[in-house]
Amino acid sequence: MGDAWTIATKDLRRRLRDRTAVLVALVLPFGLAFIFSLTLGDVESRGFEATYAVVDRDASGHLPAEFTALLERLDFVTLREAATEGAAESLAEDGTVDAVIVFPEGFTERVQGGRGGAITVIADPDASISSLVAESLTTSFASNLDAIGLSVALGAEAGRPTDDALVARAQAVAPVAELRTADADDRAVTQSSFFAIGMAVFFLFFAVEFGVRGLLEEREEGTLARLLVAPISPSSVIGGKALASFAVGLVSTTLLVLATTWLLDARWGDPLGVTVLVLGGVLAAVGVTALVATLATTTAQAGAYVSIVAVVGGLLGGTFFPISQAGFLGTIRFLSPQGWLMEGFQALAYGGTVGEIAGPLLGVFTIAGVTGSIAWARSRRMVAA
Amino acid sequence: MESAEVLRCTGLRKTFGERVAVDDVGFEIAPGETYGLLGPNGAGKTTTISMICGLLTRDAGRVTLQGRELDTTTIDVKAAIGFVPQEVAIYPDLSARENLRFFGKLYDLSGRELDARIDRILETIGLADRGDERTDAFSGGMKRRLNIGLGMLNDPILLVLDEPTVGVDPQSRNAILDSVEALASEGMAVLYTTHYMEEAERLCDRVGILDEGTVKAEGTRRELISLVGEHDRLRIEAHGDLAAAAAAAAGVPGVEEAAPRDGGLDLLARDARASLADVVRAVDETGAGITSMEVREPNLEAVFLHLTGKALRDEG
Repeated sequence: MGDAWTIATKDLRRRLRDRTAVLVALVLPFGLAFIFSLTLGDVESRGFEATYAVVDRDASGHLPAEFTALLERLDFVTLREAATEGAAESLAEDGTVDAVIVFPEGFTERVQGGRGGAITVIADPDASISSLVAESLTTSFASNLDAIGLSVALGAEAGRPTDDALVARAQAVAPVAELRTADADDRAVTQSSFFAIGMAVFFLFFAVEFGVRGLLEEREEGTLARLLVAPISPSSVIGGKALASFAVGLVSTTLLVLATTWLLDARWGDPLGVTVLVLGGVLAAVGVTALVATLATTTAQAGAYVSIVAVVGGLLGGTFFPISQAGFLGTIRFLSPQGWLMEGFQALAYGGTVGEIAGPLLGVFTIAGVTGSIAWARSRRMVAA
Repeated sequence: MESAEVLRCTGLRKTFGERVAVDDVGFEIAPGETYGLLGPNGAGKTTTISMICGLLTRDAGRVTLQGRELDTTTIDVKAAIGFVPQEVAIYPDLSARENLRFFGKLYDLSGRELDARIDRILETIGLADRGDERTDAFSGGMKRRLNIGLGMLNDPILLVLDEPTVGVDPQSRNAILDSVEALASEGMAVLYTTHYMEEAERLCDRVGILDEGTVKAEGTRRELISLVGEHDRLRIEAHGDLAAAAAAAAGVPGVEEAAPRDGGLDLLARDARASLADVVRAVDETGAGITSMEVREPNLEAVFLHLTGKALRDEG
């Protein structure tokens, strides 16, 4: 252990003198997290907003008014007045409103008479999300009308009269669906937290790779032979490299956690859970990058291999953008340690505890164990000629 | 078991796939003796010393250092070896002192003892005033000297140097050879590989001629030369009746052959220096005028050529 430590401290000393190392391990991930959270955090702080106009050509009916009342209850919606369909279309075209919802003449009467009715949504092509929300709200409203109609029809078939009281009761049991917005601080991972986690996980694999390709570096510098002639075990040489990698990964991730917490207001969650997951993540990163490095014959090749694995794993694991839990991507992201780490860290940021991230912990420690063992065996063969 | 020799290796063999790199190589080195492995590039010198130092597994053979077995798995025995690899093996982003300190720690040196050794080595290799500078700022010669200094750091019983002067300027080369001579004079056993005949002749008490993985011959310089029956060559630049002069010279005892050639005489003699006076007298008596003379004694280059049928190295 003493010899491994001697080798590790030598490597760390060299690493500290290499400014690119500090750049990759600390400055770059923090800087990117800062930039991302600054850019996207502005969007987050403003929240989602939409401006709609409702054109009510069904002057005698009450349903357009109910829909307008629904929109007024939504805090992210601003309503603009438009007297005619043409005027509303102009507002959509010049971007004043994101969408126009048009209720045709006699809409309420047609619906209540069971003859159906068409609501038109005219969208601003530059406001796709707001338009989609408008469509969703309208669809939700229409579905609710369908439910009321169905209730009334069932009541009528049972021999009850189809009077206004029945309609009112149906409306009471099938309320119009409401969209609620929650404060991001309640449960959601904030943008700054997401990017702090993502960048820390992404760059962790670059931060640790220097140590594990150190064997190749020693061989290229000719110092591996000198090390192996010294009265030390070959395992000490490999152990020293792994130890240095682990130390760099641990220190850089810890500093990133602290820096993003204090400076970017990122939320990492349960300290115990974060500590255990960071340890597992660093071990997994060391194991994976070490294994990849043993497949290379030169340091340049090893660097390229590790970069490929880090970038592909990072994208797959959702370090740059959230990945839906459902679907193919949601499944294969767990092939990468980054996927497990993102899952675990986000769960902690959501308020989870160490007990609630058992799956991610098992994932990263398994990857660390498997890749680390294979890398160790292959490294032994590298140093034993 | 105590052993008189420092290093003994017998029957060393190493193959890489179908290619036999080293076959049945063996020799011994006594305390204070400098043993040279002389051979061209690719002869098997580095493979041989890699097996001796425990860097490379061997297919057959045995290596003992002061009677103790040494292979790739042994650790303690290696503490007695100082190794100077062919390529400069130092960390460019560490200072000379930091390089020495790091490797010193691997040899269980620490504290004042390590500091004292580092100072002594820096003094020996002429880098005492540059010890705190990063080595990537060093000249090639300075790096070479540090490379050798690292091999001496642990006060080894056996110092193994693998072609330490390749690519070194004449001044640094001379300094390196002086250092090796000094170490040997202090009682250190030295194993020195080279393809420079002059280095082997200057440094080595005994030389093993290595070619295509096998030791073709071994012994002192004189033994090797006598082994192949080489003669001294004497070149006399002269004018006059050169045929008569050659006949007269051929009659001198010790002269094996004499012939007029290119405005002079070429002679083969068992010991040219011993026969020189008689040859001059015999030529002078024929009336030929001598303008210059040159004695060329056989060297290891000639021995190598004789043993292998090829030159030791291509360059001059």
